[in-house]
Amino acid sequence: MATYGDAQLGLLGDPSRRAIFELLARRPCSVQELADALPISRPAVSQHLRVLRDGGLVVSEADGTRRIHRLDPAGVGALRAWLDGVWSDALTSFHKLAETPPDVPDDPTEGTS
Amino acid sequence: MTDVAPIPPITGTISLTVPVERAFAVFTGSINTWWPHQFHIGHADVEEVVLEPRVGGRWYERGVDGSECDWGRVLLWEPPHRLVFTWQINGSWQFDPDPDRASEIEAVFRADGSGSIVDVEHRLFERLDGGRAINDAINGGGGWALLLDSFATTVAHA
Repeated sequence: MATYGDAQLGLLGDPSRRAIFELLARRPCSVQELADALPISRPAVSQHLRVLRDGGLVVSEADGTRRIHRLDPAGVGALRAWLDGVWSDALTSFHKLAETPPDVPDDPTEGTS
Repeated sequence: MTDVAPIPPITGTISLTVPVERAFAVFTGSINTWWPHQFHIGHADVEEVVLEPRVGGRWYERGVDGSECDWGRVLLWEPPHRLVFTWQINGSWQFDPDPDRASEIEAVFRADGSGSIVDVEHRLFERLDGGRAINDAINGGGGWALLLDSFATTVAHA
């Protein structure tokens, strides 16, 4: 099968990161608020936030003693995340098509199983 | 030159049992078949995805209503080993004709025994204009719902 870039797929392919992303799409949150809403620890939330920040999806800012995290409204991270999914599908599809013999008869003589 | 932080490229590697000539031919000549038609920019459903086979060629979608929506241009055409084309859809989901604000896709095809390996890299996202639409979508909700739906579809089919 195609070995499409796993590291990039992980950006929103990971269920916890996707959940964090969806919570932040509703409103900006602190790490504690995210940890309270999800079945994962505070350090795990922080780690996922770092990945989302590196991927250009999330920005963080200080608010008194805590940090508030929000989706980056100015960035193209969302576009990149969308394209990440597009390429994953597209390259899988390309792989299948390229491996298909060019002269497949309309009436195949072999069964599929 | 730019005060925008680099955004990591999207990369993919595909190992094929077919030679580079066929890999290149399918990638370029059959893009309408392998590009998933649910991913598009225009308002109409996609009738055809076209990549014109030459430097300066257009990469665009044609809708079932006949409307055309540009996605990018071919920058480098070196069959059967290398292809560079642009993605110029910005954060407002609009085609941006300014080549300085174009992201790039490079596909490299190399022989691997009797088969081939294709490396695809979509890079220079930081050049794209984020635009108001993402901002509005975040504050309004609609665009994000759409984006997340696209993701759900993708993950389900992965």
